[in-house]
Amino acid sequence: MDAILLVEQALNGLQFGLMLFLLAAGLTLVFGIMDMINLAHGSLYMVGAYLAATVAAASGSFLVGAAAAIAGTALIGMLLEVTLLRRLYKRDHLHQVLATFGVLLMANEAVRMVWGPEALSLELPAALAGPVEIGGLVYPAFRLVIIAVGIVVAIGLYVLVAHTKLGMLVRAGASNREMARAMGVRVNTIFTVVFGIGAVLCAVAGAMLGPLLAVQVGMGESILILAFVVIVIGGIGSVRGAFVGAVLVGMVDTFGRTLLPMSLRAVLPPQIAGNLGPALASILIYVLMAAVLFWRPQGLFPARG
Amino acid sequence: MTRTTLAAALVLAAMTLTTQAADQIKVGFMSTLSGPSAALGIDIRDAFNLVVKRNGGKLGGLPAEIIVVDDQMKPDTGKQATERLLKKDRVDVITGIVFSNVMLAVAPSIFENQTFLVSANAGPTAYSGEGCNPYFYAASWQNDGLHEAAGQFATSKGYKTAVLLAPNYPAGKDALTGFKRLYKGEVVDEIYTKLGQLDFAAELAQVRAAKPQAVYIFQPGGMGINFIKQWVAAGLDKQVVLIAPGFSADEDVIKAVGEPMVGMFNTAQWAHDLGNAENRKFVAEFQKEYGRLPTVYASQGYDTALMIDAAVREAKGKIEDKAVFGKALATAKFSSVRGEFKLNVNHMPIQNYYLRQIWKDPNGRITNKLIGTVLTNHADAYAGACKMKPW
Repeated sequence: MDAILLVEQALNGLQFGLMLFLLAAGLTLVFGIMDMINLAHGSLYMVGAYLAATVAAASGSFLVGAAAAIAGTALIGMLLEVTLLRRLYKRDHLHQVLATFGVLLMANEAVRMVWGPEALSLELPAALAGPVEIGGLVYPAFRLVIIAVGIVVAIGLYVLVAHTKLGMLVRAGASNREMARAMGVRVNTIFTVVFGIGAVLCAVAGAMLGPLLAVQVGMGESILILAFVVIVIGGIGSVRGAFVGAVLVGMVDTFGRTLLPMSLRAVLPPQIAGNLGPALASILIYVLMAAVLFWRPQGLFPARG
Repeated sequence: MTRTTLAAALVLAAMTLTTQAADQIKVGFMSTLSGPSAALGIDIRDAFNLVVKRNGGKLGGLPAEIIVVDDQMKPDTGKQATERLLKKDRVDVITGIVFSNVMLAVAPSIFENQTFLVSANAGPTAYSGEGCNPYFYAASWQNDGLHEAAGQFATSKGYKTAVLLAPNYPAGKDALTGFKRLYKGEVVDEIYTKLGQLDFAAELAQVRAAKPQAVYIFQPGGMGINFIKQWVAAGLDKQVVLIAPGFSADEDVIKAVGEPMVGMFNTAQWAHDLGNAENRKFVAEFQKEYGRLPTVYASQGYDTALMIDAAVREAKGKIEDKAVFGKALATAKFSSVRGEFKLNVNHMPIQNYYLRQIWKDPNGRITNKLIGTVLTNHADAYAGACKMKPW
């Protein structure tokens, strides 16, 4: 295992982790602040990717596509909050899970009706389609852009939550909803805004991952599971926890896929190692989650207490 | 008793003795029609329908009802759909299945129901040797075939080191087994990815570090499109030779990736520029009907329809007599678009495998060009273990 491979895999892990963070951040904010489990979060990611792919194809510009996706998804997210989800905050978690699971199924069918069952492809801007070379390391340019976007969004989110008036109101609403309301904070409006921010993060992830993956029905579910793993590891409600958890999951998954089969082959016969390696690598992040739950059930950075 | 009633009684008695020709044939067409690999099922379906349409909605002279269902590439969805096709629709033949994992999940109940499964794609090893089955027929290939040809090609090119990549499912294992059977160089690494995986960053880094002369991939459908896109984005197309079976270097992938694929070698049992008359007719009709060049999947869908058509005709429409229809399928004579074609004792094809290369044709269109024959009248390695009695 040479240094270049190590660096390249670290970048891959970081890139994957940052995209997971975009989804997990929205999920953890909604979960931590509104005490709301939203299974339809992945659907916003899907809608974002579809909007990006459609508008980018029509306009010929990836940036226009991404911008349209962000605006459109934020709108849809806030509409969803105002019309439906708002009514669920006071209900217990089972009701929330059932209702948002229903939204997820409807979103999948709606997308199938509008765009058809085939996957769309979201084309990269030509300038970013190739590799760049940095000191002996050849790396895809677009993945570097993803890393940059991920870091900028993470910093922006940190500033927003920790250093702005809006962030302060959000934190106040989260720690004691009734008290904040009594002090004159319009909690409802703030929750709608938070939900909109979550939707924007979904759209960014959808637009950035669209060219790497495929824009397809059901794309939200597989990544939603990972986002839940991330917030369980990081501590529910904590944006910082979501960041650390996401990068951890990204790294463990990427390095696990490379190192585990490699090291198994060193000790086991090739036939067994060939079967065991990929199987073990794919459960590694769940092992990590189980370990965190065992030793720190509240997560690495619990938001409260 | 009048003479007419006597005659009627005789006819009735005769009918109970011999099976009558059926009045229609019901085909359950289950395929992958959604998600990133939908293009595969769609090509098979479109080419299959081309034959049915040309025959005026008939197969082998019988009116054909084609029931199309989507397995979504999921074994459990496929299983449910198959139960419906068998129990509710009572189909005579099931075809269209693309992926081996779906096939392995649904085939046992099809066999148990004594319904014929004519594969337009997957030809799993599980049904090639000891597990061969009188109800299974592959109009496509045995799973190892295209990969054996690719291994032979890599050997002939003298590539000394290779890294192999395939999804971790039955056909992925078959693919790498097939490649290694005729590849004489050193296999530096075998990487199994998750079936349906779309991001290959970690694997590409591994390939770069292993520095092989050649990389062989089996990544069907959307997986292949993403792999090759990311291969180019990582700059590996300038460093390592990429070899693939025809699946990952066909019209659908070329459309998505374009220019960087020019020069790539791949192997298949068919090419759109094969010179036989049936193929010229197929390619022209397919292009006229659908406005695109057919892929290797489409050629298989077309041949599957021709094969069922020929078998029904040879069985004189007696598709409910299993022995008659089974025998007719096993020996069906039709002019395949791939040229010579016949089934082995295990109902897997004996056929040629060709080398193709992607080029820019004189019209500036990027497409495949037939280069030559890699394996002639090639039979799979498992047929010897098949102890099935002919019908």
